[in-house]
Amino acid sequence: MVGNAIEVEELRVVRGGREVLHEVSLDVPAGLVTGLLGPSGCGKTTLMRAIVGVQIVAGGTVRVLGLPAGDPALRSRVGRHARERVGYVTQAPSVYGDLTVLENLRYFAAIVEASPDRVAEVLDAVGLGDRTGQLTGSLSGGQRARVSLASALLGRPELLVLDEPTVGLDPVLRADLWKMFHALADEGTTLLVSSHVMDEAAECDQLLLMRDGRLLEQTTPQALRDRTGEDDLGRAFLSVIEAAER
Amino acid sequence: MTVRVTAATAQRVLWQIRHDKRTIALLLVVPCFLLVLLRYVLDGRPHVFQEIGAPLCGLFPFIVMFLVTSITMLRERTTGTLERLMTLPLAKLDLLAGYALAFGLLAALQAAAVCVVGFALLGLHAPHGAALVGVLAIANALLGMALGLLVSAFAQTEFQAVQFMPALIFPQLLLCGLFVARSAMAPLLEAVSWALPLTYAYDALARATSGAPLGSALLLDVLAVAVAALGAIALAALTLRRRTA
Repeated sequence: MVGNAIEVEELRVVRGGREVLHEVSLDVPAGLVTGLLGPSGCGKTTLMRAIVGVQIVAGGTVRVLGLPAGDPALRSRVGRHARERVGYVTQAPSVYGDLTVLENLRYFAAIVEASPDRVAEVLDAVGLGDRTGQLTGSLSGGQRARVSLASALLGRPELLVLDEPTVGLDPVLRADLWKMFHALADEGTTLLVSSHVMDEAAECDQLLLMRDGRLLEQTTPQALRDRTGEDDLGRAFLSVIEAAER
Repeated sequence: MTVRVTAATAQRVLWQIRHDKRTIALLLVVPCFLLVLLRYVLDGRPHVFQEIGAPLCGLFPFIVMFLVTSITMLRERTTGTLERLMTLPLAKLDLLAGYALAFGLLAALQAAAVCVVGFALLGLHAPHGAALVGVLAIANALLGMALGLLVSAFAQTEFQAVQFMPALIFPQLLLCGLFVARSAMAPLLEAVSWALPLTYAYDALARATSGAPLGSALLLDVLAVAVAALGAIALAALTLRRRTA
């Protein structure tokens, strides 16, 4: 698929009287896994909130799937069997701790009109098929995060915005999730995945490197390695930062 | 707004409460216990017990639903589920109506329990039928729920939310006429009482539990309660923001 799923131009966001995003411009190509990387507090979550349309912005434009971010048409499904348009998974799992895993999924499924089969499918996909009857609040942090992820997958969104979905997960599970992200991209889903761990950059097709509320570079893992001459992506990021500060 | 999403939301809230058995027990037992306590505090003064206890049967759900709803909605705000819902095809009215259905049902259970204890066991009178008191209790519970939804927007923590109860509910209880007739109050307080929704809720209950004919005054009271509840829900809808700072 060609074209951009997300187009951000000169986005400025002010939070608590402080500008936290300074004229950020970027494109996220459709049908790929794009990694949003940068240290904690660099503005990744704020940028994602602006993209899904829950953030009040001070300036600039954000277009998602050809519409202004937060447009009501992005929340509604087009036609009876169409896909949900944008799925968003927050960093802190936004699920009900006092419901079982299955009850959480059934509630979100009712909202996005997903079938009971689809509920079972997404629970298997995130490896929680055997935990359906457990209270979500009694799960580990990583398991709760996967309940949250599963609920966002229900409606087969065209664009998935995932805020640090792999933090604190077992390495095997993390590898499984990345495999799933690529399988989704192969089916045409666009994924924007944030992480503060540079190891994960290697898993992405495209990279957005952020620091202190600015976009340092929009690149690919290979181009970043080639340009900086560093094999290790963490070191490569460091040399990009050093070059930016010089 | 869709029936499917509204019903799913009501079911979800009921699921949440179903997992909390102690809350259900407290919801049903506490008002009954308080009524029994009042009966024996006023032992030997059945007339006073009738005057305070009978309307009180219809006021418990108002107080309890105010508190329960404000905490539930505050949790929805602080745990991020509200923000999540605001990115989904869910109308604000789906959420508010779902809450109203779920808490209305709980209020009906609570009202039934307290009315059985009050009117069947403790000898309170309901000349127009205990069912009327029960129906008024549900209307009052929805008023409490609507006010609870509204104030949850002004609480950042659960500590603050619980304190809205004494701040907003106690003055209404004192001024509504339950303890002292409003006509016997200082003119300023009586004037203030006209502006408080609980005044009308109490007035309807006082009519329903006294021997006087009901007349159109009861309808006007119920109308005032309904208008106040709808007004609070409309304001609460304004506090549900798709976009936040």
